[in-house]
Amino acid sequence: MAFVRLRAPLSELAGGRRELELDGATVAEVLQALEREHPDVKGWILDERGAIREHINVFVNKEYGREETALRPGDRVHILPAISGG
Amino acid sequence: MTELLVGTKKGLFVLEGTAGQPFEVTSRAFAGEPVEFATRDPRTGRTLACVTSAFYGPKVFYTDDVAGEWEQAEGLALPDEAEKPLERLWSVVPGEEDGLVYAGGAPGVLFESHDGGETWKLNDAFWAQPTRPDWSPGEGGMCMHSIATWPGDPSRIALAISAVGVWLSDDGGQTWRHGNKGLYPRYMPEEARADTIDLCVHNMHRAPTRPERLFMQFHGGVYRSDDAGESWTSIADGLPSDFGFPMVLDPEDADSAYVIPLVADMDRTTPEGRARVYETRDAGDSWIERGDGLPSNDAYLTILRQAFCGEGAGPTMGLYFGATSGDVFGSGDAGKTWFTAATKLPPVHSVRVA
Repeated sequence: MAFVRLRAPLSELAGGRRELELDGATVAEVLQALEREHPDVKGWILDERGAIREHINVFVNKEYGREETALRPGDRVHILPAISGG
Repeated sequence: MTELLVGTKKGLFVLEGTAGQPFEVTSRAFAGEPVEFATRDPRTGRTLACVTSAFYGPKVFYTDDVAGEWEQAEGLALPDEAEKPLERLWSVVPGEEDGLVYAGGAPGVLFESHDGGETWKLNDAFWAQPTRPDWSPGEGGMCMHSIATWPGDPSRIALAISAVGVWLSDDGGQTWRHGNKGLYPRYMPEEARADTIDLCVHNMHRAPTRPERLFMQFHGGVYRSDDAGESWTSIADGLPSDFGFPMVLDPEDADSAYVIPLVADMDRTTPEGRARVYETRDAGDSWIERGDGLPSNDAYLTILRQAFCGEGAGPTMGLYFGATSGDVFGSGDAGKTWFTAATKLPPVHSVRVA
């Protein structure tokens, strides 16, 4: 189990929850589990190909993570908008 | 009272007012997010908005109360074989059957909804065009911005894409063919102009009372078609520039069109620092400058392709346009005189009368 931490607007799409405990051996698997549990999140973090959107940053604890990044029990997966835009 | 839906770089603004006086911002939605386009379906009163978050991807939202809650539409995604995800949504247009709505997006894709915009499906025939691997995007991406339905006939549709030209269907979108004869892309090498499909249409509209007639703002060119988009004739003579993005027609006058020329593709601002709209009432044989009340000094405005719209028809037709400066201008007399409806909004992407 990993802890997925969300900020608005993603937390609003997840029923107002800012942290969820989800099953998965990789980042992709926990994000897919998040979509199953909260279907309104579908398409917001992962695109239709299952890839993390270009301007979304995923951290596993304090390191950048990608779809294939392996998770250990208790890891914290932070979903953050990239520092970009105008 | 006129209600405007103004899509901006930082959200959707709803403005209300009376022609001739400043408008008020009555509500705002999607704060901070780019709203490419918003329109109200006159058949149902439902408002639909294309929102392309830089972070969370393109979505369509809909509501029956613009000051209330919005619902996210479903199904706006590309198939598994796509190399990239859906990039952007540019336009939503009511179709010619109950509940039918079209949406155009990048990369050059058409979606259809049969429930007023709640659920969507990709038009597979257009997605599967065999030349698609050779298509090229314009500066704003490979955007399908213009969807011209045929009043009373859902089988006939014309599409325009930057930069993949005009596409026509006579069977409700099951098959598609080009409609590019006569278009002259002077941005291409001379040797390539005759055969290229890299045709950068900026805007295209159908005249509702004479639907075989369409008008087009091209990337360097203004054109008219009298054969339902099969071929095009230049009508740019008389304009200060043939470059620009938006276009409006008087829906009851098939000889009418309004354009807002910009200097050129290398300088996308209003010529000589003067904001001017040009009107034709003879199908492009001549153009009349309209600018009474518009900024005439040091006004280097950029007006994007969806940021100009009409309201009603005839001598009291309303016209409204917004600029990337955040200013919105209006006319309540078909362009003869103008007023400033709003200032200091974020850069304006789209303007539609609700």
